[in-house]
Amino acid sequence: MSTRKIRCALIGSGNIGTDLIYKIQRSPVLEPVWMVGIDPASEGLARAREMGLKTTAEGVDGLLPHVLEDNIQIAFDATSAYVHAENSLKLNALGVMMIDLTPAAIGPLCVPPVNLREHAEKVEMNVNMISCAGQATIPIVNAVSRIQSVGYAEIVASLASKSVGPGTRANLDEFTYTTSGAIEKVGGARKGKALAIINPAEPPMIMRNTISCLTDDEPDHVKITESILQMIKEVQKYVPGYRLVNGPIYDGNKVQVFMEVAGLGDYLPRYAGNLDIMTAAATRTAEMFAEEILKGSIKLEPVV
Amino acid sequence: MDLKGKKIILHDMCLRDGMHAKREQISVDQMVKVATALDAAGVPYLQVTHGAGLGGNSLQHGFAPHSNEEYISAVAAKMTQAKVSVLLIPGLGTMRELQSAFDCGARSVHVATHCTEADTAPQHIAYARKLGMDTTGFLMMAHLNDPEGIARQGKLMESYGAHTVYVTDSAGYMLPDDVKARVGALRAVLKPETEIGFHGHHNLGMGIANSIAAIEAGATRIDGSAAGLGAGAGNTPLEVFAAVCERMGIETGVDLFKLMDVAEEIIVPMMEHVVRVDRESLTLGFAGVYSTFLLHSKRAADRFGVSARDILVELGRKKMIGGQEDMIMDTAMTMARERGLLKAVAA
Repeated sequence: MSTRKIRCALIGSGNIGTDLIYKIQRSPVLEPVWMVGIDPASEGLARAREMGLKTTAEGVDGLLPHVLEDNIQIAFDATSAYVHAENSLKLNALGVMMIDLTPAAIGPLCVPPVNLREHAEKVEMNVNMISCAGQATIPIVNAVSRIQSVGYAEIVASLASKSVGPGTRANLDEFTYTTSGAIEKVGGARKGKALAIINPAEPPMIMRNTISCLTDDEPDHVKITESILQMIKEVQKYVPGYRLVNGPIYDGNKVQVFMEVAGLGDYLPRYAGNLDIMTAAATRTAEMFAEEILKGSIKLEPVV
Repeated sequence: MDLKGKKIILHDMCLRDGMHAKREQISVDQMVKVATALDAAGVPYLQVTHGAGLGGNSLQHGFAPHSNEEYISAVAAKMTQAKVSVLLIPGLGTMRELQSAFDCGARSVHVATHCTEADTAPQHIAYARKLGMDTTGFLMMAHLNDPEGIARQGKLMESYGAHTVYVTDSAGYMLPDDVKARVGALRAVLKPETEIGFHGHHNLGMGIANSIAAIEAGATRIDGSAAGLGAGAGNTPLEVFAAVCERMGIETGVDLFKLMDVAEEIIVPMMEHVVRVDRESLTLGFAGVYSTFLLHSKRAADRFGVSARDILVELGRKKMIGGQEDMIMDTAMTMARERGLLKAVAA
């Protein structure tokens, strides 16, 4: 493989942005170059500078003049749904591909082991990472629906209180709607429902997810179990702490799987598997695009 | 303390919390029958939804035979004085569902969060106020936060627009001094016009005593349930509480004998099991576990051969909270595996 790397910008200097620096620095095909914030005194920007990144506290407008000279090709947006649309418009116009970690969901929804290859082949210039619960559960729903049709899928995500930021808390309905919709669109269930529980236990609990699917016909236990175990291995390639705790267990047409997601503990604590799976999935997504760009099989073009 | 002449607003829970005790299986006809009788007895507020509230129909919490909209519309149409209320737990229920409940006739809402997570409720409380609903911030599992913490969380609920803040003893774990300390801490920080409520469970047999303690510390709204029909060992039995209030000179405005008749003639015959303090519901109260876990734990116990009491104690140790019913099955399976009763799937 070429030693050339695709150069990236990180928008948003909070916990997610900082954790992304660690993951991107480890990547053989990505290089973090810029971090964008809005507060000159932010800790995140100071840490980014210490880690060798260029920084601006003037939002995306502070980055735009440097995009071409620094050859930025991929940007991660970890700000908010409200500003994402504008960020995306400005960067897409310069040929920068956007990975959206906000609930804005302008672009197609992406769960790497389910549909990332498809998005890369179509050279989608904006892909959305849904939600932490979506990343943790949709692969399992898809593992069932690719074997047999699923009429209804329901997921329950339990999150440690300390890992849920003020943005998610103040907009919990958005999380519910986005995740429920993605269970249908990407998971392949005809109807999806997402439940979120925030648990304040100390020491903080590791993220847990329970996935239940109702198949239309009698579920094939052997094939479905095999498909789920295979899917778990796929997710483990980018989230090593993605672990089956119990199940799959069958009760009539119901298939239930009990998962745990521990983070890598890069910048975020290990229990915050919910945040880690977002940054890991986003990094994995960028890597797939970067590999294709480096191979010359796709080319990013300005969106005008 | 002399509570003579104090006015208290009663809120009946048997058509919401009672759904848990009936595995969510109450028909529209039964709901209308119960609600009409409670309305005639002068109970001012009746809660009517799936046990887990709006959005509650799920594999996690069970499916009721009818939608919340069907229940609310049928009941609201028959009320002469009682207001219909609903439960909304953010993360499960949404504002769309609240709007729909309002359109069907609901005029009051308990917006419920775990006792440390009030900041997941601002949009829902604001939305309820915009609809002009009587709006409560409902702090569940209140034994898991100290009085100062409850006061801070209650202050948040008030700042979002809640008219009333409830101390909710979801596990039926609290003793009268615990209730007084929390209600008192709220009274000290909330605006004088913000009301305080108490919602009890009878797992340690303290429903009545705790409700009286709450009133002594400044509460003016009390949740109960006719014949105690509710999760765990049930809620504070409303007819018993009304009788105690009458003896103490506390004014509830309800017709005690009519309420006693509803409990005896309508609710008790509806029960699938006698809602009372038994070994498992006592375990809930003793270990501080969410009351709704009771029937789920019994089912998991039957399926995996681990005792319900062992499962409940383990859930208490793991600090599981309301809404984590999936972790009951998970915990039972893990315990069964450790005891050699269940084989693991290699992953």
